[in-house]
Amino acid sequence: MARRANPLIALAGAAAIIAVALVTLVPVATLWINSDRLLGRSAEFEVSAADIAALRFTLLQAFLSAAISVVLAVPVARAIFRRKFFGRELLISVLGAPFLLPVIVAVIGLLAVWGRSGWISAVLISAGYERISIYGLSGVLLAHVFFNLPLATRIILQAWSRIPAEHFRLAEQIGMSPSDQFRHLEWPMLRSVAPGAFLLIALICASSFAVVLALGGGPRATTLELAIFEAIRFDFDLGRAASLALVQFAIGVAFAVVVLAGNREIGFGGGIQLNFENWSKNRTWAIAIDAFAIGSLIAFVGLPLLAIFLEGVGKLPTLPPETWPALINSISIAMLSTAVSVFLGLALSVRIASLSRFPGRAVEIFSMLALSASPLVIGTGLFLLLQPFVSPFNLALPVTALVNSAMSMPLIVRILLPACRRTVEVYGPLVDSLGIRGWSAIRLVYWPSLRSPAGFSAGIAAALSMGDLGVVALFAPPEFATLPLVVYRLMGAYRTDQAEGAALLLVMASFALFFAFDRGGRLGHHA
Amino acid sequence: MDITLDRLFLRIGGFELRANCRLESNRAFALIGPSGEGKTTLLQAIAGFLSPVSGRIEFGGRDFTNIRPSERPTTILFQEHNLFPHVSVYNNAALGVRTDLRLSKVQRHHVISVLDRVGLSGLRDRMPGELSGGQRQRVALARALLRSQPVLLLDEPFAALGPGLRKEMLDLVAEIRAEYIITLVMVTHEPADALRIADYTLLICKGRVSPPSDTQEFFAHPSVELKSYLGL
Repeated sequence: MARRANPLIALAGAAAIIAVALVTLVPVATLWINSDRLLGRSAEFEVSAADIAALRFTLLQAFLSAAISVVLAVPVARAIFRRKFFGRELLISVLGAPFLLPVIVAVIGLLAVWGRSGWISAVLISAGYERISIYGLSGVLLAHVFFNLPLATRIILQAWSRIPAEHFRLAEQIGMSPSDQFRHLEWPMLRSVAPGAFLLIALICASSFAVVLALGGGPRATTLELAIFEAIRFDFDLGRAASLALVQFAIGVAFAVVVLAGNREIGFGGGIQLNFENWSKNRTWAIAIDAFAIGSLIAFVGLPLLAIFLEGVGKLPTLPPETWPALINSISIAMLSTAVSVFLGLALSVRIASLSRFPGRAVEIFSMLALSASPLVIGTGLFLLLQPFVSPFNLALPVTALVNSAMSMPLIVRILLPACRRTVEVYGPLVDSLGIRGWSAIRLVYWPSLRSPAGFSAGIAAALSMGDLGVVALFAPPEFATLPLVVYRLMGAYRTDQAEGAALLLVMASFALFFAFDRGGRLGHHA
Repeated sequence: MDITLDRLFLRIGGFELRANCRLESNRAFALIGPSGEGKTTLLQAIAGFLSPVSGRIEFGGRDFTNIRPSERPTTILFQEHNLFPHVSVYNNAALGVRTDLRLSKVQRHHVISVLDRVGLSGLRDRMPGELSGGQRQRVALARALLRSQPVLLLDEPFAALGPGLRKEMLDLVAEIRAEYIITLVMVTHEPADALRIADYTLLICKGRVSPPSDTQEFFAHPSVELKSYLGL
């Protein structure tokens, strides 16, 4: 049902749609204009072997990362679903934490556990074995699985808990064997949810930059994103960068189309509980398998988190002086980008919610598709756009803030849209019949019911921006840095101790911002 | 087969329920009472999905308190979700015979005749999503009959149906009960349902289960609790 929109909301919504279009389409158009060689408009058209290798590696690591994450998530989600244990709810919430963890911080933690001088190597050496090294494909996969196994577990866990409890009781009553139960209950659920989870994770990994920057590289482990970065920063070959970015954009759109076509709701919330007795789960081997799955997950995700804290905490006093201006830069960028993205996200979500079904869905899909461009793709476009007029290196801060806000928009819309739809559905007729218009409708109806999800999404936007190591790497001149960039540079200079200290500072700052916004949204809120 | 609830004490979260009574063999019993008073909880415990804190559940004089649901002489029909959505009507019913669906020729004929008996001839190859609410519960009923357990537990499986269809389904249950010699325990909040097919009625109220009373008597001379439930 379409109703006459509040003019203020309609205006803000239109502005948001235009802003989204400008931020993505203009850079992509710039890429198109500059991709002479790729599009065959130039005589010296040629695709190098390195470019093909980068494309291959991009797809290979995305495929493997997604496959490993989803396959491992199945036994883990199953174990969490059917067991009651101390800290179960906490574990489910902690599964959301890697998502907010700055990538470079996670890399530091993973290296502290899995690296050449990490904990596992130390154990191996004392047992008389070789050190392990995680640079290259194995490191990229390790980091991607670290980030996405928890995500896949949450998605599959939610699907598991959507199976009606009656079906499990029914299976119990008619005495289904575990394998029959798998065939009739669990396999159909997995078949419907696993492909969506796989594609989503493949999409995320195909455009992952910071992980590959830190752990990949070289002829055998360079992705398109990294190749774009190197083309600009090392070779200043802008035409090649534009061509690569266009290919990267095409891959992103292709994945996003498939994900959206599947149209699977990816939830963030909890509400996962189990309230029945399942007798077959109490066989000894079933308990052993589940304990192993849950224990492995806790070790795999928990050890690097623990390492970040343990290795970092003693090194905070040794932080180099460039850390502090970088912290200020990061916070400024986070504040700016959060303000922009939450304002636009709210306007866009309320607008989509008040549109009738079809145009609403169309705008939603448009905003998702437009934003399936990765930060590096948009960054490259902006670089090419600005370069004839000003030195892009002077605009690192505003450009990073702008791109970060664009990147968090799809997430913000996903969080806010359900709340907006509910508000419009529940209060829309009342607002219309009472004739509440303009500012009072926003103040009395929309804002009170949206401030809590808005605070949550602002927290996520701020934390993601704090941790971002993408476009800033492209634009930052040597004398400018954000905190993630400082961590990366310290790491590259083999000043591991200082890098670990800065990483801990970064993660504390990110989570502090997240909690400040999230609390702020709920403060004095009674609805 | 008779059912004995021997000083049964159930607890879910903060909710508690006590029952101490015997349900006679081959009769129909209605469990009536306000919602949230534990009618479903009691049924779940009889079926074996909930372990009691203390007390015993006996069928035919044998203790089944710690026996798993599939080993009990019971079949339960839930309010909804009684069918596996991606399994055909025929197979959903056949699961009551063998869960691996490897049926002999005789067993296959038996499944078909029971599906005919509950009025589903011609719908065997449909998927549950293609059936009406009443038809879905008929499939569940067919599976219950194929399991041929002497105790049938109904957790308001017909509550979502219209009044006409509900009466029709209750009559079908009554007929089947006579044919197959079944002890029936059904949850309901409608006195009319109890009066239609239940020999005895038990009232669940304030965490206690009253002993079974003759249904006609029970409603003709309502107790104080029943009066307050009925709003008299």
